[in-house]
Order: sequence, then structure tokens, then C-alpha cells
Amino acid sequence: MNGIVVLSAFDLGLAAILILCLAGLSLLMGLGLVRSLFIAALRTTVQLLLIGLVLKSVFAQSNALWVIAIGLMMLLVAGREVMARQQRRFLGWWGMGLGTTAMFVSTFSITLLVLVVIIQADPWYTPQYAIPLLGMMFGNTMNGIALGVDRLTQNAWQQRAIIESRLALGQEPAQAIADIRRDSVRTGLIPIINAMAAAGLVSLPGMMTGQILAGVDPVEAVNYQILIMFMVTAGTGFGTIAAIVFGAKRLFDDRQRLRLDRLSGGAENY
Amino acid sequence: MVDNRARDKPFNNQQVHSHQDSPAASELHLINIRIGEMAAITLSVATGECVAISGPSGSGKSRLLRIVADLDPGPGDVEGVLKLGQRDHLHFSGAQWRRRVAYLAAESQWWFDDVESHFIEQPAHDLLHRLGLNPALLTAPIRRLSTGERQRFALLRMLMHQPHVLLLDEPTASLDHGSALSVEQIIKDYRNDHQAAVIWVSHDAEQIARVADRHFSLQPSGLIELTGENDGGH
Repeated sequence: MNGIVVLSAFDLGLAAILILCLAGLSLLMGLGLVRSLFIAALRTTVQLLLIGLVLKSVFAQSNALWVIAIGLMMLLVAGREVMARQQRRFLGWWGMGLGTTAMFVSTFSITLLVLVVIIQADPWYTPQYAIPLLGMMFGNTMNGIALGVDRLTQNAWQQRAIIESRLALGQEPAQAIADIRRDSVRTGLIPIINAMAAAGLVSLPGMMTGQILAGVDPVEAVNYQILIMFMVTAGTGFGTIAAIVFGAKRLFDDRQRLRLDRLSGGAENY
Repeated sequence: MVDNRARDKPFNNQQVHSHQDSPAASELHLINIRIGEMAAITLSVATGECVAISGPSGSGKSRLLRIVADLDPGPGDVEGVLKLGQRDHLHFSGAQWRRRVAYLAAESQWWFDDVESHFIEQPAHDLLHRLGLNPALLTAPIRRLSTGERQRFALLRMLMHQPHVLLLDEPTASLDHGSALSVEQIIKDYRNDHQAAVIWVSHDAEQIARVADRHFSLQPSGLIELTGENDGGH
């Protein structure tokens, strides 16, 4: 791209002064944010520099195995993140497995579909397309699943007496937890639905902004952004629904009893 | 105009949809049920019989009822068998079992905005009057109801499902004496009309004397039957 202004280390250093100013203010106001601010700033620098180097070499080789390996790495990190954000997580394999499996299925299948059918990248694993798409898919799906499953387990925990009362009236588990399940799916999907609704008016999506900065015709960039919005929403939706449906099933055993002892911190109540 | 049939058998004027097996009443058997460290419990409640269970708080009375309703891990996971008539509880799914063996918790729970939405069918107004409940309350928001009113509605909500067995956990604890008597009468009528077996957890010795055919105390050594005047209800 000819249009782009190349940033030097000096330019980035100037931007870092902004962070220093913020840290100074935090110190003055006694917010206790200095340490985490510096660590986060350092992490973002190191992680992004590293991924830049990795992507550079992957783009140079265009090897399917590399693309898949990077996709799997993203999946594991996102799966860990989903688990870490749960206040009451499922015990055992389910803790990490629930979110990771849901993300795996929805993210990989939709990304592959988009690469092969819509973008028609040749070969399908062309890293310039596959890796950014996977990254955006994981970022959003992860948020939806983390929010939705957290809501599910928290609500089940708080409304235990209600769920059991409904079971005692002979309701099937799906019926006894239907309201909580619906609420959890909504919680997981509302951020991405809001993002679609506000796109272009309140916020210029990052990917589009990046393409425009790189000199792409804004109309072309918008087309890509619409595609991304649709696939990310679909991925988040299917992934969140899958995680919540299976999570809600896991809250009941084969005798259709509510089993909160399958959540962390739940065992002492039994 | 009061419909006499409705008055005589208020829970009979509706379709019984969930009972594929014989609609005849069934007796309840608890065989070697264990709660924690307690000695195994074996108890049979005949059709139409009311068995009262008392005992110090924390002795496991609620836990026992929850296990019988198959709400807590118990039989199947630990040991012991539950039977309805000749049928083992594992013959039913959890939900099927609980439609027959109904558990009424000490504190009633509500999840929709008004009372009515919780009912599979409108309770007869005659029945509401007998329990001292104003039918207008059916459409009132739940938060307007007193604890006692909620508890009585919860009893009706359960009876509308026409269970074979009632497991009652201090059903009148939040009620004044008059309301408690009317609840006792409704349960007695239901028991007679449906030949339902009843297990009634209560602390009130006088109530137990009024409602129960047999009275047990739940002790660490198991269920001890109490007889006659030296009743250990309190």
C-alpha cells in the first residue's frame, strides 16, 4: 500500500507518553492502577510485536498446518479466558471443555464456510484472510460465551429454590430452567447485536478503520466489514446457544435433579 | 350457584394428562433410605394414610422429603429404594416421579409476575374461599401476597397436578391457627378423595394429633414410631 505512513519506534514512544500521563494521574488520585496499567501496556507491546513476527513468517510460507496451529492456539487461549471469567465454573473437564468445544465448532465451521464459499480464497487457508478472520471470530465468540455461561450458572445458583420448586411440580429440566436459559442467551448476544446496530454511527469498527488507514477504498472496506459483522454475529450466536444448551443440560443429572455441586463452590451445599 | 360435584371433589374436574399408568392410588415405600450417618430408614405409607414426622431441627426431615421426591442425590447414588405401589422409582423419569410424588417446600417459590400464571388450571373459587383466599389475588402481583397467602396458593398449585403422594414440609408454619385448620381440611379432603398417601413434617403436636394416622420421630438411630399420649412432637 502506498498511502500508509510507516510508524517508527520514536512515534510509538510518543504515544507511550500518554500512558505515562495516565499513570501519573492515577498516582495522584490514589487509584492503584499504575501497576496493572504498566503491565498491560508492556504485555500489549510484547505480545503484538511477537505476533507480528509470527504472522510475517506465516504469511511468507502460506502453509495450511501453520494456519491451523495458530487457530488452535487462539482457541485454547480463548477457552481458558472463557473459563477464567466464570465466577462459578463447571468442575472437571467441563470447566474448560464447554466453552472451548462450543467455540471450536461455531468458529471453525463458519470461518471455513466464509473462506471457501464467500471470499473464495485460493488456497482456502491463505493466511492473510484466514488468520484475521479467525481472530475476530474468537474475540467475539469468546465474549458471548463467557457472558452467557456466567449468567447461566449465576442465575441457576441464585434461583436454585425456584428451579427445584418447578422440578417438584413435575416440570422437565428444560422447562424448569427455560427462563434462565433464554436470559443467558440474550446476555451473551446483546453486545454483538448492539455492535451491529451502532456500527458506522457510534463506532467505526476496527477492521474497517485498519483497511482505510492502509489505503483501501472505504466502500470496499465497508463491504468487508459487513461480511465480518454477519459472520461474527452468527458465530457468537451459534456458539453461545450451544454452550448454554449443553451447560444447562449439565446442571441436571440423569434423574433430572438440579446438581449445583457440579459447579465450583457448590459441593459443600450437598 | 355452586357446582356440587366441584365442591365434593374439587380436583377431579380436570383431565389427568400425565398419568399413563393406572389412575388408582398407590402406596409409597421407602426401603433402606440413608441420610448421611443416620441409620437406614424403611417406611411404608398406605393409600389414604397420613404419616407425621417430627424431630429436632437439623435432624434431616426436609432432606428425607427431598430424597423421597428425588430432588437430592439419594437412592440410586447411595443406596435404598423408593417404590410407588409395585413400581421402583427408577421406572419413572425424575419429572414423572415428581408429578406423582409431590413435594411442598416450607417456603413457597414464585417465578412469574402473577399467581395465576403458575397454575396449570384455574383453581375453583369455592376452593379459594375455603382457604380464605380472595379470588382477586389470582391476578395480583406476587409481591402483594403475604407469606401465608403464598403458602396456601402453593398448596393449591401442587394439588392441581393431582399427585398420588403428598410430601409436606411444615405446610402451615407461616399460617395463623384458622388458616392452618383450613389447610388441614383441604389436605384431608384431597387425601380422602384421591386415596393419596401423605407424609407430613410438623413441629406441632396438636396438629399431628389432628391430621396423622401414625407419628414418627426422626432420630440419628432412624425413624422411631411414637404412640399414644407421650407424643414427642415438641
